Order: sequence, then C-alpha cells, then structure tokens
Amino acid sequence: MSEPLLPHLFRQEYSKMTAVLCRHFGLQHIEIAEDIVSDTFLKAAETWPLNGIPENPPAWLYTVAKNRAKDVLKRQHLFEERIRPAIGRATADSEAEPDFEPQAIADSQLAMIFAVCNPVNAPEAQICLALQILCGFSLEEIANAFLVPRETIKKRLQRGRAALRADDFHIGPLDEHTIKARRPTVINTLYLLFNEGYHSRSNDGLIRKELCSEAIRLALLLTQNAHTDSPEANALLALCCFQASRLEARHTAEGEVVLFEDQDRQQWDQELIHKGNFFLVNACSGNTLSRYHLEAGIAYWHTTPEGTNKWRYILDLYNHLLLLAYTPAAALNRTFALAQVQGRPAALAEALKLGLEQLADYHALLGYLYTGADTELARQHYGQAIALTSTSAGRLTLQKAIDNL
Amino acid sequence: MKEFVLIFRLADMADAQPSPEQIQERMNWMAGIAAQNKLADKGNSLSPVSAKTIRPGDVVSDGPFTEIKEFIAGYVIVKTDTIEEAVALAKANPIFKTGGSIEVREVLVRK
Repeated sequence: MSEPLLPHLFRQEYSKMTAVLCRHFGLQHIEIAEDIVSDTFLKAAETWPLNGIPENPPAWLYTVAKNRAKDVLKRQHLFEERIRPAIGRATADSEAEPDFEPQAIADSQLAMIFAVCNPVNAPEAQICLALQILCGFSLEEIANAFLVPRETIKKRLQRGRAALRADDFHIGPLDEHTIKARRPTVINTLYLLFNEGYHSRSNDGLIRKELCSEAIRLALLLTQNAHTDSPEANALLALCCFQASRLEARHTAEGEVVLFEDQDRQQWDQELIHKGNFFLVNACSGNTLSRYHLEAGIAYWHTTPEGTNKWRYILDLYNHLLLLAYTPAAALNRTFALAQVQGRPAALAEALKLGLEQLADYHALLGYLYTGADTELARQHYGQAIALTSTSAGRLTLQKAIDNL
Repeated sequence: MKEFVLIFRLADMADAQPSPEQIQERMNWMAGIAAQNKLADKGNSLSPVSAKTIRPGDVVSDGPFTEIKEFIAGYVIVKTDTIEEAVALAKANPIFKTGGSIEVREVLVRK
C-alpha cells in the first residue's frame, strides 16, 4: 500500500531534505546528509507497512531526519571535543537542529543549486551532480538518461563530488556576489539539463519528461526568489515551457520522432504555451538580451500558426543568436529558416559553406535542400546522415525522408 | 587563422540611413559569415554626423569628408585563412548595390 507513495515522496523530498541537512552540516559533509536521508527512507519503508502511513508523511520524514541529525551531531561533537580539544570549535552547532520550515527548505534548495552548478566541474559533470543531488535521481536513472555505462556516470559523480567538497561552498543565505558570479553557470546547467531531456537519445519517454520537468522546477525556484530572479532565468523558463508544450506531440507511442511539420497541433499543451508567454513577458522587463531570450523567441514563433512573416522573425532571431555566439546547431537551423524565407536554392548556397560535414544534421539539411532539385544528391546526403545517426528512431525518420523523395 | 578588417565606405550620406530592407540584407550577410564561424567581431557603424577631423596646426574641421569623396561607414572583422577568402566574404555584401566599396586589411597584432 505504501509502494506507490514512497517512491513519489522520495523523488519529492530527497533533494529537499539533503539540501536542508547540507546547510546544517556543511557541503563537505554531504555524504552524512545523504546517509541520514537514506536511513530515514529506509525506516519509512520498514515501519509504514506495519504501522500504517502517518497522517502527514513529509512531516514524519522531517522529524525522523531531524532526530538522526541530532544523534550524528552529538557524536560528531564528542569526537571534536575529544580528538581536537585544542581547536575548540565544532564543525556544526550540536544544539541547533535542522530547520524544515518551507522557507528554510526553499532557501536550502536554492543554495544547493548554486553549490552544485560550480564551474570547477565540466558541464556534463554538473548535470549529473544536479540530477543526483538536486533531483534525487539514482545512478541507473542517470546512466539510462545519458545512455552511458553506469561505471562512467559513477566515476563522473565521484570526481565531481570530490571537487565540490574541496571547494566547500557555503550552503546558506546567498550573497549578492555569489549570485552574480555563479548565475550564468547555474542557468547554463539548467538549460543543458532541459536539452538533455528534450533531445535525449534515450528511448525512455518517462525519463525524458522527468529531466525536462526537473529543469523547469529548478528554474522556477530561481525566479521565485527576489535575489536570484533574473531576465535570463525567465527567458530560460519561457523557452522550456514552449519546448515542453510539444513533448507529447514529438514522439509517437512507439517512441518514433515526429517532425515539427507533421506534429498534431491539437496535442500541443496550451497551458504550457500560456505559461511560456507569461515568462517571456517577464524576461523582457529589462534591457537584457541573452541567448535564452533569442531561443525563447524562436520557440515562441514555433508555437504560432503558419503566417506570412513567421519565418522572417525566426530567421532574424537565428541571425542574432549567431552574432551572439556561434554554435553548429544555430548555423544549421538558421540555414533551414533561410530556406523558408528565400527558398531552397538560396539556402543551399549558404549551406554548402558551413563546413559541418561530420554532423548528421548537416547532411539531413542538405538532403532537405536538394529535395526537388537533385534527387540523387538528396538521397546521398540523407544516406550519409543515416550513417552518422546513432539512434534507431533517428535513422527511421531519415529513411522515411528518402522513401518520400 | 588570420583576422581581416572589412572597412565599409559609402559614397552617399543618404545611404548611412538604411531602409529596413537594407538593414535586413546586411544582417543576413553578417549572419551568413557567423554561420561559417568566420566572424571575429561584428564591428560597429561610424557616425557620419558626429565626426571631426584634426590636422596639424590645431585645425579641427567637421565631418570626415574633406579630401576623400567616400566616407567610412563602419567595419566588421572576419577570421579566415587567407585574404582571398576574406575578399570572397566581402563580395557578397549588399553595399555594392549603392555604389559603396569595401577595403580588406589584415590585422597585424602589435607585439
């Protein structure tokens, strides 16, 4: 009977409780915090089936965790007093107890986001750490999401955690300086986390959705605090909402990718589109124009019906995005938009200059641009794209394009 | 990779106030270079109005146009392996439709 409840609570409460306890013990003792939380859930799994589910399950979990924390602190305090009397300063105050009030939970989680998104770690390590520490994902779930062996993820996490411990970020109220210095990293990590879900190679639709919704949840935490709220965070949220509105429509029940123009628009989540509009308006309250603003703008236009000028706006936004920072994806998408505005021949001339022969998407674009003009070349490039594509769903989509030539 | 400054010269003051279509055309040209990852700096426009020329003997005159017919309207910096490649990028610029010109100069970094 407690089976469906506990996993749900675990996902919901694990990261909150770890954050609160880390605030209490310090980030260098994150393992102690995680042990206490794991013990707490173990106790719940043992006692709830026998004694029944408590009236307020989260409150029960907090109380147990609090008591365990007190025990640990008492022991730690003794250790400190006996072994290091000369220093005379305990690492944590054994009198105080962890604070599980809603405000303290929100503050602790926010501080944890800033602690985990640390530029000492590579972006992919930051995402793994975020999934484990901020989202309560298991090793298996992370490995499954990245389609990477469990051992690789394990090593990545171990190295990342060691770096975090060494850095000893203070989990507490965030000061102006920290927020300013870390915010770009935080937003970029959440952006990558969302993209990992949205473009995941994993065929597991559930994992994909969870990655996206976790990125949105964490970005929401940023915007709900006056100090961490920013135009970039709102733009990122707008982008996530617009993209997430199409999550259902992007895949068939069998996990096959549905191309944008073939999607059933009835399946687009209108509520998420409205939320995206709301955050986009918020994002444009100042003079900031970040890549998140431009990408959110592009995603916005994609939610609108085909109109005469839609692609002109999209092309213009991609142009600006490229001037801000070059990425191969932006170069390819910009060329696709150019084809919609100026026609395939004009876009083809530009595409041939891009020099991205090693990318599957480049050959897929050339296949598209040659379609109608040179069927043989279109077939060749789609073929090269298939050879460079690692997922069966992706290959299937490209094969369909060849069949339609 | 070398860097080359493309210096835009216009013959007519009126062209310094481009139409939305002209702005769009320039934007597409510059983004096309950025899409090849060959844009080093999107550069700036230079005001034809807020402009002075200083000469020996404490002589300050208005505007840039005393001796040359054309005036410099702006610049962009590209990164390519050869000057020929930079010239090829410049050739696609819409400035030639209005009689302007582009000067291509390699950047020699001061040691």
